[in-house]
Amino acid sequence: MATVAVTAERENYLNQEYGIRSWLLTTDHKRIALLYLASITFFFFVGGFFALLIRLELLTPAGDLVQADTYNKLFSMHGQVMIFFFLIPSIPAVLGNFLVPLMIGAKDLAFPRINLLSWYLYIIAGVIYVHCILTGGVDTGWTFYTPFSTAFSNTSVIEAGIAIFIAGFSSILTGLNFVVTIHRMRAPGMTWSRLPLFIWAHYATSIIQLLGTPVLAITLLLVVFERAFNLGIFDPNRGGDPLLFQHLFWFYSHPAVYIMILPAMAVESEVVACFTRKRIFGYNFVAMSSIAIAVFGFLVWAHHMFVAGISLYSALIFSILSYLVAVPSAIKVFNWTATMYKGSISFTTPMLYAFGFIGLFTMGGLTGLFLSALGIDVHVHDTYFVIAHFHYIMVGGAVMGYLGGLHFWWPKISGRMYPEGWGRLAALLVFAGFNLTFFPQFILGYMGMPRRYWQYPPEFQVLNVLSTAGSTILAVGYVLPMIYFLWSMRYGKIATDNPWGAAGLEWKTTSPPPTFNFEEGPEVTWEAYNYEEIPAPAEVSVER
Amino acid sequence: MSDSPIAVEQHGPELLHHFADAEQQRDAATLGMWLFLATEIMFFGGMFCAYLIYRFWYYNEFAAGSRSLDIWLGTINTAVLICSSLTVALGVRAAQMGKRKLLVFLLLLTIVFGFAFLGIKGVEWYDKYKEHHIPGNSFNVDDLVRDYPQLHIDPRHEQIYFSLYFAMTGLHALHMIIGVGLFVFLTYYAWKGRYTPKYYTPVEIGGLYWHFVDIVWIYLFPLLYLIDRHR
Amino acid sequence: MFDNFPLWPVRAAAGAGNVDALYIFLLALSAFMCAAIFTMILVFATKYRQRRGVEAEQIDGSSALEITWSIIPLGIFMVIFLWGAVIYFHERTPPQGASEVYVVAKQWMWKLQHQEGQREINELHVPVGRDVRLIMTSQDVIHSFYVPAFRIKQDVIPGRYTTAWFRATKPGVYHLFCSQYCGTMHSGMIGQVVVMEPAQYQAWLSGGGTTGSLAASGESLFQQLGCPTCHRSDTQGRGPNLVGIFGKPVQLEDGRTVVADENYIRESILSPSAKIVSGFKPIMPVFQGLVGEEQLNALVAYIKSLSPGPSGAEGKPSPAAVGTSSQNPKE
Repeated sequence: MATVAVTAERENYLNQEYGIRSWLLTTDHKRIALLYLASITFFFFVGGFFALLIRLELLTPAGDLVQADTYNKLFSMHGQVMIFFFLIPSIPAVLGNFLVPLMIGAKDLAFPRINLLSWYLYIIAGVIYVHCILTGGVDTGWTFYTPFSTAFSNTSVIEAGIAIFIAGFSSILTGLNFVVTIHRMRAPGMTWSRLPLFIWAHYATSIIQLLGTPVLAITLLLVVFERAFNLGIFDPNRGGDPLLFQHLFWFYSHPAVYIMILPAMAVESEVVACFTRKRIFGYNFVAMSSIAIAVFGFLVWAHHMFVAGISLYSALIFSILSYLVAVPSAIKVFNWTATMYKGSISFTTPMLYAFGFIGLFTMGGLTGLFLSALGIDVHVHDTYFVIAHFHYIMVGGAVMGYLGGLHFWWPKISGRMYPEGWGRLAALLVFAGFNLTFFPQFILGYMGMPRRYWQYPPEFQVLNVLSTAGSTILAVGYVLPMIYFLWSMRYGKIATDNPWGAAGLEWKTTSPPPTFNFEEGPEVTWEAYNYEEIPAPAEVSVER
Repeated sequence: MSDSPIAVEQHGPELLHHFADAEQQRDAATLGMWLFLATEIMFFGGMFCAYLIYRFWYYNEFAAGSRSLDIWLGTINTAVLICSSLTVALGVRAAQMGKRKLLVFLLLLTIVFGFAFLGIKGVEWYDKYKEHHIPGNSFNVDDLVRDYPQLHIDPRHEQIYFSLYFAMTGLHALHMIIGVGLFVFLTYYAWKGRYTPKYYTPVEIGGLYWHFVDIVWIYLFPLLYLIDRHR
Repeated sequence: MFDNFPLWPVRAAAGAGNVDALYIFLLALSAFMCAAIFTMILVFATKYRQRRGVEAEQIDGSSALEITWSIIPLGIFMVIFLWGAVIYFHERTPPQGASEVYVVAKQWMWKLQHQEGQREINELHVPVGRDVRLIMTSQDVIHSFYVPAFRIKQDVIPGRYTTAWFRATKPGVYHLFCSQYCGTMHSGMIGQVVVMEPAQYQAWLSGGGTTGSLAASGESLFQQLGCPTCHRSDTQGRGPNLVGIFGKPVQLEDGRTVVADENYIRESILSPSAKIVSGFKPIMPVFQGLVGEEQLNALVAYIKSLSPGPSGAEGKPSPAAVGTSSQNPKE
């Protein structure tokens, strides 16, 4: 396909300045988004490497690939890296950073220098954590339960705790930036009810980041202090309570899962709207559901502790609240599905990821109903059922949302199209590989296989082998986009301003955008998702 | 930031490019600081939560530990911080009125108060060290057991009180140190004449931060120093 | 039906069937919801795929639909909640008269003490059809006692007792797993529950050499440690009379009233000043560090034996304390 000859490349945020200083000292939210993209991709593959080793070990019932201590470190660091260094930043720090100012018609976030500071804090945290990995790692599980983490583990708990503490500040500052930006920097005419649902969901996410992460910070700090200074706050021998740690830890870590899923829901709304060429069905309800999830998400933390020794009455309360928080998520799934009714649907890569998201998030969410049921949870808590449940949401939901979003906004970010055929193939591989990896784990869990087991009874082997097979397919699905995204930056078809014919202010500027986003500050006089006014592209731009 | 001028804007150097006007910039900064203080409340909140629970369980040990603190030094420190909040508030007013010299003086006075607080805190901690009340291997509360037999305290639970004492006052002191550092910068820029009635946002939000740190102490003081003092 | 591709472990305890029933209901509900949504998506994706000349129809929404698909799921969720809550309530409420086994978890093994005096490591022999209540604590980190065939699980925590109960219904040997990560050999901290016919169980009981019942060894320890010096069986002692106290409310000198359950007795031995009985002085020595977990269990069993109750099971939680006797009184 002949490339349109572009005589002089327009000035945009990528070519306006070259050199490493212009990147490392940038305050442009779009460049910072790319800095994050590179760093979180690195950590994704670190965490993925640990996962691969775990799955290889679990091919056989005996512990024969690595030693028990090594295995314990592998699953601990897989969890910590994936959660704190990949999932929590992923969509907000890459897509959110890039798009929030564009979507609301602003020139940048409210605090560009704090944005850069966020990234540097993340990098410092990452360097400390990598050092921790290289000097022996940590084996407390990603959950750092006491008194094991404070008094029994012989690994670098302090270092890991400090790294995650610092990463938490990166998260808090990103949330702070978003909230202030959305409140104060909307373009004239961009009222709250005209905001894309992407913004609503990121607003809700940011509230959780702001209010929840500090609790993790203090909890980890207390663990670090206890180890370093021999305090006794969690030491049962001195009257300390190990359960206090669990309450404090889960008070953040439950809302944290909503930090990880709400941005993926944000992407879902934008992608479904564009590729059905319709306003999202029930805009108000979807927007309010995001807020409801954020609020209710703070009220359910002890559903991680039903067998931990809490009282019967606490358990009843947290169980019923957990069912309440499921309702807004269900509302969203129904609304996305309803949007497809009488739409005009095209099956681009982002839309394939969107389909996959609805399917897998629905399955993951339904299994949440199992876990919220007290009688069932007693049986499946701390088994592979839980692992399957959260991977369905975090990988089947959040990661697919992230990949779908990357593909959808890639033309805007890079000015190039990715190769559509490869994109679709990768999406299908991810979907198939994912299901094969994690569906057997539901069965394993109900059959009684506990989690964090280096060796297991032989009757669990068949399902484990299936799971490992799936993970290899999944891995291929993840590596492909790495390759073709990089390829596209040089050889991809040049993208137009709005290759998908999508609604949203970001598509009204060039691909890639200029440094200050808009040639003239936009004034908004139309409602969100005004697809009736936007012609569909002649053919949805595809690269053959 | 890059030098490329997309539009030449006629404004003072304090107005950053991405803001439409000074008012938007000030609103953003103030909202940002309030949100940050909300995160700080959540941060200290975790420790207050732990304090709540353990005080309920180990009231006697908390009472004994509280009585072992120097109530006079604590009171002086409280007065010092309240005065420092006064100087901060007056400083913001001075900035509003464009009184540069007064502003610099008040900011310096605030820093002095800050150092006074930290100094007294250091003295208190050193006393605790001498009395072997720092949790860990050399922790020893035989003196408290002896002095307060009616409380029949369990020395192991006493460690929990002092663990919380040091964690809470330590983190508070750290925030004070950061506050003093912030105010050193503010003083320098104030002296350079950077703050005018049109632009004194850094003083205002710095002041907000200082007031917050002060308020945390207002809670810490009775919770740590005044337990069971009525008996 | 599912012998070759089982979806659930064998059911070997009363109550396992109830858990599986809810599970199957949820499986069916999930299958239905997935089928419904996936079919709708498939139909819409086919019927409304992009076609030249056909525009999408802009539909804002429908409040009626939103309310319907909020209320109906909420209603279903409440049903599931209630069902799960009822099962859980039964799981957390041991029946009266259950026999007791004390469990001490440590890195990385299970130590069990029968009332009759048998001690086991990583194995628990029980007769079929008998209610068994487990009184558990840990010597080091948090562990969790999990028997998939019984559908029971309970975290085992250092510093306090937690309890679980079951009634085995099917003879056989079943997995016992530690299901709370506890360090290097967490995955090696496994054992088995051996459910036997009553006659075989009796044979097993008399087979091994024991030194008398748990309560009896507790009594001898009680004497050894000098407890009767103060805890006399009359009202003249410097310590409260321990006869008949288990399961009853105790008035403390600070005005509170607590129930004398296992955790209370344990705390009173390890940290006596935490709760002083009204009318007595705080002079009891601290035994933390002087008695091990298993010795504590023996003492607790002995003190329980001083209270009336059906043979083999001492002390009933008073009605007000149903469901809470397994709790740390601080909860």
